[in-house]
Amino acid sequence: MSITKKAKATVFAVGFGLVALPALAACGSSDSDGGSDSGSGGGSKTVTLVSHNSWAVSKSVLAAFEKQSGYKVKVLEDGDAGQAVNKAILTKDNPQGDVFFGVDNTLLSRALDNELFQSYEPKGSDLILPEYRADQDQHRVTPIDTGDICVNYDKAYFSEHKLTPPTSYDDLVKPAYKDLLVTENASTSSPGLGFLLGTAAKYGDDGWQDYWKKLKANGVKVVDGWEQAYNEEFSGSAGGKKAKADRPLVVSYASSPPAEVIYGDPKPTTAPTGVAAGTCFRQVEYAGLLSNAENAAGGKALLDFMLTKTFQDDMPLNMFVYPVREAAQVPEEFVKYGPQAKNPETMDPAKIADNRDDWVKSWTSLVLK
Amino acid sequence: MDLARTEVAEAVPRKGRARSVAVRLGLVAAPVVFFGLFFAYPVAAIVARGLKVDGVWQFGRLADVLGESDIRHVLWFTTWQALASTALTLLIALPGAYVFARFDFPGKQVLRAVVTVPFVLPTVVVGTAFLALVGRGGLLDELWGVRLDTTVWAILLAHVFFNYAVVVRTVGGLWSQLDPRQEEAARMLGASPLKAWRQVTLPALAPAVAAAALMVFLFTFTSFGVVQILGGPTFSTLEVEIYRQTSEIFDLSTAAVLTIIQFLAVGAILAVHAWTVRRRESALRLVDASVTARRPRGAGQWALLAGVLAVIVVLLLLPLAVLVQRSLDAPDFGYYRALTSADGGVFLVAPIEAIGNSLQYAVVATLIAVLIGGLAAAALTRRDAGRFVRGFDALLMLPLGVSAVTVGFGFLIALDEPPLDLRSTWILVPLAQALVGVPFVVRTMLPVLRAVDQRLREAASVLGASPWRVWREVDLPMVRRALLIAAGFAFAVSLGEFGATVFIARPDNPTLPVAVARLLGRAGELNYGQAMALSTVLMVVCAVALLVLERLRTDRTGEF
Repeated sequence: MSITKKAKATVFAVGFGLVALPALAACGSSDSDGGSDSGSGGGSKTVTLVSHNSWAVSKSVLAAFEKQSGYKVKVLEDGDAGQAVNKAILTKDNPQGDVFFGVDNTLLSRALDNELFQSYEPKGSDLILPEYRADQDQHRVTPIDTGDICVNYDKAYFSEHKLTPPTSYDDLVKPAYKDLLVTENASTSSPGLGFLLGTAAKYGDDGWQDYWKKLKANGVKVVDGWEQAYNEEFSGSAGGKKAKADRPLVVSYASSPPAEVIYGDPKPTTAPTGVAAGTCFRQVEYAGLLSNAENAAGGKALLDFMLTKTFQDDMPLNMFVYPVREAAQVPEEFVKYGPQAKNPETMDPAKIADNRDDWVKSWTSLVLK
Repeated sequence: MDLARTEVAEAVPRKGRARSVAVRLGLVAAPVVFFGLFFAYPVAAIVARGLKVDGVWQFGRLADVLGESDIRHVLWFTTWQALASTALTLLIALPGAYVFARFDFPGKQVLRAVVTVPFVLPTVVVGTAFLALVGRGGLLDELWGVRLDTTVWAILLAHVFFNYAVVVRTVGGLWSQLDPRQEEAARMLGASPLKAWRQVTLPALAPAVAAAALMVFLFTFTSFGVVQILGGPTFSTLEVEIYRQTSEIFDLSTAAVLTIIQFLAVGAILAVHAWTVRRRESALRLVDASVTARRPRGAGQWALLAGVLAVIVVLLLLPLAVLVQRSLDAPDFGYYRALTSADGGVFLVAPIEAIGNSLQYAVVATLIAVLIGGLAAAALTRRDAGRFVRGFDALLMLPLGVSAVTVGFGFLIALDEPPLDLRSTWILVPLAQALVGVPFVVRTMLPVLRAVDQRLREAASVLGASPWRVWREVDLPMVRRALLIAAGFAFAVSLGEFGATVFIARPDNPTLPVAVARLLGRAGELNYGQAMALSTVLMVVCAVALLVLERLRTDRTGEF
């Protein structure tokens, strides 16, 4: 009898030790963080923004918001855009924050179908340019910024070879541009997916596969991510020059040429790269209040803030995107070297939702296998 | 021997036997609870998320997924590249195992530590090192215009780089303890050198070779970072595919099916492994390793030594050297100095702080791993350990073979409610790292504990010592060094853990490998240079830890 009791005691003690250990550690952690954690009780003064790792804002602008609203902003950057969305969906019952920023039109339906967001129409919504508005009846998401995914070209290469840079999707399959283009894997990269959707919008549900067959025959190279494509394969970027890259055409953004100027060292007098105007697909990025947000009031204040002129003016040079608000300022370099496309391809998020997975699948077996 | 044991056993009163059962249960309880809570439960949660629709398991998905030609292609590639990697690793590393076991040469200890460094480095760093070597503009490209970055060769070579130490340590460890006089005796009786080796040494060595091969197969079968970085979009292993399906395509049901397939495959590998390990523990006449190694004699042996050293230099040291060289590719240690500044924008803190984070996490992870692994090893050593407990041995290895992304996502969705709401606490990272550390602790401790003469324990308990006292007076003094080595390994492995950590580390508290990966994901020279500098720091920390371990090495320090 006494022995079994002892055994039970041992089991209990060991088991308890294990359960108690993390619990104790948890206490320790909130102590060491000085209680700033958005834990249960005192979380109301902290608002947590969950985003992908391209999130950036000027310190002064954020500080102004914190001062004026009284909320302290905590930012959780969670991998690339797709991963961040997926992670947010997986944890939506008990979210890691209050506001999510960074779901774009290609993934919007995934977020909405999974009920990631609750309804809130931020102040200033009426100033959003009409073409970017979405989910107008329920206001679960708010557009924050926009950008064009376009083929960029290396100006030096084309002038050296006395070749006109391509200007349209049709050009890219011409023999003159054989083995020049590098793009990203549509299943793993958001510009890669954008480019695929652009061709689908242009050539239609039936025609895009033929187009890609031609593109493949014309020697398109596919790599996994934007970093690799732009910095290692594309001869026009600062990184590519160092890496002796040999592809003068890359799928990137309309804002990439101004970035080459702004981050140039020494700063070039003009952009070393240009944009093929007829190869653009328009991306819009949205933010929303997470369904089970702990600090919904703070989240609403933060969403309001993201539509203010201060934030919208600050955004372009931080994240290399365009504002969605009327009359927001666009930096001079953007106007000069990376204007928004005149007639970009677009696609209704609902149509993307219906077809994305099938298209990516057929694209994968068509182009990668 | 057995007779004596039975006598002692019978002398132990019934009460003692019941108590011993209680002790065993107590010892097993902690590891069971730990693995239940922090491994089985999260993994089951994420699998259920993918496969359970409205409370009903959709096992039909298994057939659907297996029916897809893309998935079958992934399975096929996973298997054959693992077989090829294992064969290549054995081919290249077995001569190394022989040289380390039988030859004495200056710098041997340092070299043995250095060849182990790749094994504990995070795969992002290894992938990058190889890219710097065989990729565009890499060393081989500059010298001879050779580029392997889009070929399967880059993957295979990186796998050899990674697992060289597994073979050298597992096989070499045993080889150094085989009495060379047995082979010499066979020679004296007229056997040719080859025949003597084949009939005397090979049979003794075979189980160790099999165990090493299986471990290499396990590690390459579940390879993630190497394949992701070097494979590009065309090559994908099961583990990479699980990552893509979960994290990018968000097809949780396919990911769940793949997780189950990988789980079954790994379970089978581990079962075979456990069997070979048990066979290896069969009686061999072992001698002290220090008496079997001697200076090489004759041109043949010197040539062998030179050949092995050349392979080590080219295959293991060169990639590491390329990292160091790239980290120094700015005037005045510019990349290292940049690590101390938070202005880069990639992090909220200076990258250098990742070193402090990593060390803290690794210390806690080591404590947990040693506690859990030590208890498990103690339970597994007990002579009365039944079949069930011995099966537990293999179970403890499972975390090594289960996709880190599955574990990471599992943590996120399973450990999010009180009383186990750990999601936003720092303890999550060391817990995940400890999962990978425990198998190393168990594998290091077990052979040593098993070598402790059971009669000593029995004698002590007959004389009235409590189990705790028996352990303290008999076991502890004998295993203290092994414990330190186990702790060192758990520490090094925790430092390098990447797959699960990347999912759960908080952005304001990145670990070294996470910081390296994030720096690599950003455009710009400075970021790349900092990634190289940080990798070099990590490499040096691992190398120092391993050098200390070499000093502590005992004769029977398990498999790693």
